[in-house]
Amino acid sequence: MRLSKIFKNTLLVLMACIVLTACATKKEVETQTTTSASTTEAKTETEKADPIEPIAGQMQGDVYTGTDSVGYLAEGVKDRVFFATNESILTTASRETLRAQAAWLRKNPDVTIVVEGHADERGTREYNLALGERRANAAKDYLMTYGISSDRITVLSYGKERPVDAGSTPLAWSKNRRSVTVKAN
Amino acid sequence: MIKKIFSLILIFIPLKAFALIEVDITRGNLDPLPLAVSPLSIDEKSRLSFEEILLKDNIGSEISQIVENNLRTSGIFNPLDKNAFLQAPDIAHLKPRFEDWNLIKAQALITGKVNYTEDKLRVEFRLWDVLAAKEMMALAFTTVPTNWRRVGHIISDKIYERLTGEKGYFDTRIIYVAEEGPKTQRIKKLAIMDQDGFNNKFLTLGNELVLTPRFNPTSQMVTYLSYFKNMPRVYLLDIETGTQEVVGDFPGMTFAPRFSPDGKKIIMSFANDGKSDIYTMDLENRLVEKITNHPSIDTSPSYSPDGKYITFNSDRSGYQQIYIMRSDGSDVKRISFGNGIYGTPVWSPRGDLIAFTKLHKGKFYIGVMRTDGSGERLLTENYYQEAPSWSPNGRVLIFYRETKTDSKGEGFSAKLWSIDLTGYNERLITTPTDGSDPSWSSLLSN
Repeated sequence: MRLSKIFKNTLLVLMACIVLTACATKKEVETQTTTSASTTEAKTETEKADPIEPIAGQMQGDVYTGTDSVGYLAEGVKDRVFFATNESILTTASRETLRAQAAWLRKNPDVTIVVEGHADERGTREYNLALGERRANAAKDYLMTYGISSDRITVLSYGKERPVDAGSTPLAWSKNRRSVTVKAN
Repeated sequence: MIKKIFSLILIFIPLKAFALIEVDITRGNLDPLPLAVSPLSIDEKSRLSFEEILLKDNIGSEISQIVENNLRTSGIFNPLDKNAFLQAPDIAHLKPRFEDWNLIKAQALITGKVNYTEDKLRVEFRLWDVLAAKEMMALAFTTVPTNWRRVGHIISDKIYERLTGEKGYFDTRIIYVAEEGPKTQRIKKLAIMDQDGFNNKFLTLGNELVLTPRFNPTSQMVTYLSYFKNMPRVYLLDIETGTQEVVGDFPGMTFAPRFSPDGKKIIMSFANDGKSDIYTMDLENRLVEKITNHPSIDTSPSYSPDGKYITFNSDRSGYQQIYIMRSDGSDVKRISFGNGIYGTPVWSPRGDLIAFTKLHKGKFYIGVMRTDGSGERLLTENYYQEAPSWSPNGRVLIFYRETKTDSKGEGFSAKLWSIDLTGYNERLITTPTDGSDPSWSSLLSN
């Protein structure tokens, strides 16, 4: 009762605004660093990379390489990328998928997106929420490198709350370690 | 509020007699103390009155059933079979024939009486030491009849305290996440129930995903994570009024909330640009303070009971490990150095231990360590389990466990379990639906 009164205190809204601005400034600086780093990396890769055929199974290391559960943002534009356990590093295949997404988004400038980050069930709930956010941001940063404005991208982590595969196997977990780009409008 | 409902009358102030029964609860108890819980006696007029109000045939037996059940599940007492009792409840309450109780090997005896007086429920009980042939304690409570279950829990707490020398944990509640539906589309609701699983009540409808509810020190407020409008944010809920509010105005996901021990702050994580840091928000002046500042994931913060330190998990070393720091964020020290990944540290209410979840070689463990990281002890191993929460006396941990699914991805379940700090007495806590993320309240009466 006393609390709710205090909650309405305008002075405090002001405090919250200060925090907001502080975060916004910091974000800009970091985005810049990531951008320059990943651009160089991406270039070297396209020069070097020979198309590698996925080895027999549906996983490379513990990253999912199959097509089960994969949806499409548009024709030929896959909606998701997969990650290794506890990692948020984008694989060569993931970068290719995200470049295709970026190219499509550049052609469709009115489309805004949500990048959903997910984790497998083999981690504590709270850590997985943070890990999902980190994965979604890895995808977001890469899209930004290819010219998509951050205004068009919202990041949403589900942690381990929304698996696509209910299995308790390494293959099922690999499908669940993902970030999915979803049209928001 | 509690003081308004209950008036507690001491009939005798029990004298500290050293010859009387003492139960040691610091080690695993494989030989629980045999005791007899005689049904509370009730006169016919009172019985009929309660039958009408509470729809219970015999409220005296019902209350003693609660006491018996609590004492049994504690693992340190062994309530004996009522069929072996020789003495009638009303006579036993006045003057037990100790030879009779000795004969069935009861070391302690609980007797009592229930009355209906002026629309109130009056319960009187006595605890007897059978071998010493002495009364150890006598108390009476008067309350509104609908509070009958709580009377049973309070009596259990008084007996536990008298026999072990430590506060009990029976007059408490559990807040948790009730789960239903397929694993890929779970519907989750906040739910609250008594410690023994009764009086289960849902607090949200399940329209949005909710996670990790935690009580404040008075157990009247809850902080939790809700995906309301698809924006994962920390919320504050007043259980009695049902009002809820977002905590702070962050431009992204806030999660992993807990109250400070004085209830004045909420500590939580804020995720931004792939990093998660720990923040506090003062509930009175809404001042937000950033506590950690590191490019890693810092989350699952929990205060020490004196509020001077914070334990949390961070992957700054490469993997999730447990750290402690001063409450202003200074002096960060890693304390987990065993094999595996460590998470969800929770400071014990006694201050001497930190409970945690550990993942090692594909198995999940609930364990405890001292606050400097020494003396690691794993209490239970399973396919998946996490998120321990302490009983208010620091003797029991409640957590949740998920099952492996079969080859078709079916057979998933999430259940609440508890285990004693000793590593003994592991128990499934029955809930109407599946459950996860349990949080134990403080003692409701003191």
